[in-house]
Amino acid sequence: MPIDKFTTLESTYVPLPVENVDTDQIIPARFLKATSREGFGENLFRDWRYTSDGKENPDFVLNKSEYSGEILVGGKNFGSGSSREHAAWAIHDYGFKVVVSSFFADIFQNNALNNGVLPVMVSPEFLAKIFDAVEKNKEQKIVVDLEKQSISLNGESESFAINPYKKNCLLNGFDDIDFLLARKEKIEAFEANN
Amino acid sequence: MEPKTLFDKVWDAHVVEKIEGGPSVFYIDKHLIHEVTSPQAFSGLEARGMKVFRPENTIATPDHNIPTENQHLTIKDELSRKQVETLTANCEKNNITLYGLNHPYNGIVHVVGPELGHTQPGMTLVCGDSHTSTHGAFGAVAFGIGTSEVEMVLATQCILQPKPKKMRITIDGQLQKGVTAKDLTLYVIAQLGTGGATGYFVEYTGSAVRALSMEGRMTVCNMSIEMGARGGMIAPDQTTFDYVEGREFAPKGEDWTKALAKWKELKTDEGAKFDKEYTYKASDIEPMLTYGTNPGMGIGVSGSIPTAKDVDPTELPTFKKSLDYMGFGLGDKLLGKKVDYVFVGSCTNGRIEDLRILAAAVKGKKKADSVTAWIVPGSKQVEKQAIEEGLVEILEEAGFKMRQPGCSACLAMNDDKIPAGKYSVSTSNRNFEGRQGPGARTMLASPLTAAAAAITGVVSDPRELF
Repeated sequence: MPIDKFTTLESTYVPLPVENVDTDQIIPARFLKATSREGFGENLFRDWRYTSDGKENPDFVLNKSEYSGEILVGGKNFGSGSSREHAAWAIHDYGFKVVVSSFFADIFQNNALNNGVLPVMVSPEFLAKIFDAVEKNKEQKIVVDLEKQSISLNGESESFAINPYKKNCLLNGFDDIDFLLARKEKIEAFEANN
Repeated sequence: MEPKTLFDKVWDAHVVEKIEGGPSVFYIDKHLIHEVTSPQAFSGLEARGMKVFRPENTIATPDHNIPTENQHLTIKDELSRKQVETLTANCEKNNITLYGLNHPYNGIVHVVGPELGHTQPGMTLVCGDSHTSTHGAFGAVAFGIGTSEVEMVLATQCILQPKPKKMRITIDGQLQKGVTAKDLTLYVIAQLGTGGATGYFVEYTGSAVRALSMEGRMTVCNMSIEMGARGGMIAPDQTTFDYVEGREFAPKGEDWTKALAKWKELKTDEGAKFDKEYTYKASDIEPMLTYGTNPGMGIGVSGSIPTAKDVDPTELPTFKKSLDYMGFGLGDKLLGKKVDYVFVGSCTNGRIEDLRILAAAVKGKKKADSVTAWIVPGSKQVEKQAIEEGLVEILEEAGFKMRQPGCSACLAMNDDKIPAGKYSVSTSNRNFEGRQGPGARTMLASPLTAAAAAITGVVSDPRELF
């Protein structure tokens, strides 16, 4: 799947100040029965977003109209648990292009990158500032610049790390399969020697 | 030569190409697939007009989404049936070996691989499932991947991976009576926390780990992901070789002799460096249970849930939210808490040894009437062996009924859902909110602790019962 190009994004954001948001919360297993990649956004955070009788839970942030934007900000250790790529699909399908946290689980991070969703890891202090700022002003924006690897809030910036290969993929919309397919001969040579 | 870790040896031998400033092109020996995380990979491949590159290196089995009763009938749930049928069609089209529903080798992918001898020391093995770390018990580098990566493996037998850091966890001494491999792993996860090993590949060692059976080692490696680790592994030894030898897809004759010579080299060299090391004493470990909504929230059965002063103040709101979900209070003891459901099964504890432990514990006793118990073997082979060994008979006499194999209530994709608000003592691997069904309250534990709960109807100390 070719991925969306990502260069910079300035957007308001949706705060979810909960630690250890696991992929079972992002998309519960019972919604993994599809055989395509589309439509998972509908059930993003299903059991937090809706009550057991299917009504919107007014206390959940996605149901609060004052919060919106293409950036989701989560607490520490975001995306732990299952390897389901459906979690990244659901976040992408809902319309988020960036997820900010002070710590990400490995597999989720890979899955997000493979779907053009940029995980931005910030310091715990910067994360706290992001959560505070949006409580004061719901229209608060964050600027994410992939080329410069920087995230800014009210003129204060922090740099974030990203693998240079993955950065290049996102900037250009390349995916890993094209890269691997171009190496078929090397792979066959490896097989012959082992 | 610089001393190498076990992980380095296996990893480095599978690097096709190191990309400057990037990940490595990493070769995969064995690829396992199931119905839930593979359909989009096959359709991606099809959209590119491609075939599977090395179909002989992929094995398929439906497990996540299948019923555990009446497997001979058509699957009732339309979406589940479609997923299973899609897997079948994809395997047929691409010449991939499929252990479909009712096949004598069907079962949970991480139970099937080892028991058939597909899983071998020194291999690289991936699957679109985070509990692929299970196979590390054989000294393989095994880890879970996303569906995009499943597509990469199907297309090229490779994925792009940065090399993780290395952690060694040493557990020396002897486990107390009534303390199992599951307790050992829940203990380690409680020490490190749910993200404590993120970015690392773990090697488990020490006399307590060495003393474990292959089933026990698989339980330990299986749960590595629950502290965030990419995978976990244990150096192969005589226990490993004895387990693998003679299994259907294990090397035979001269191939076996050659393989064995190579496998005996698979250990961490003296003086090899790890990025992080932890050491624990086996004698400190009690039967463990979780009380919260991530696997790091575990305590010994005689202990109490932490009080506010024991929790990092910034994490207290999430901690309290978790206890609210469970219906527990700060400082509560778990002993004596009511249990409604008991689930014994999953890729963590659905192997023959687990059923033996359960059967031995409940033999001659009766299940509490208030408890609904779901005993789900990890595979058709485990089911067959449990019948042959007379375990099913013992379980039935004690009031337990064994279901058919599958992932079942571990993730509740099928109908095996714990009802909202009910308490389950479960031998599975995750106690996340809603993991066993919307609103279900899960306490993770060993098969022995699960047996104790099933007999008494409340959380009980298995050391006092059995």
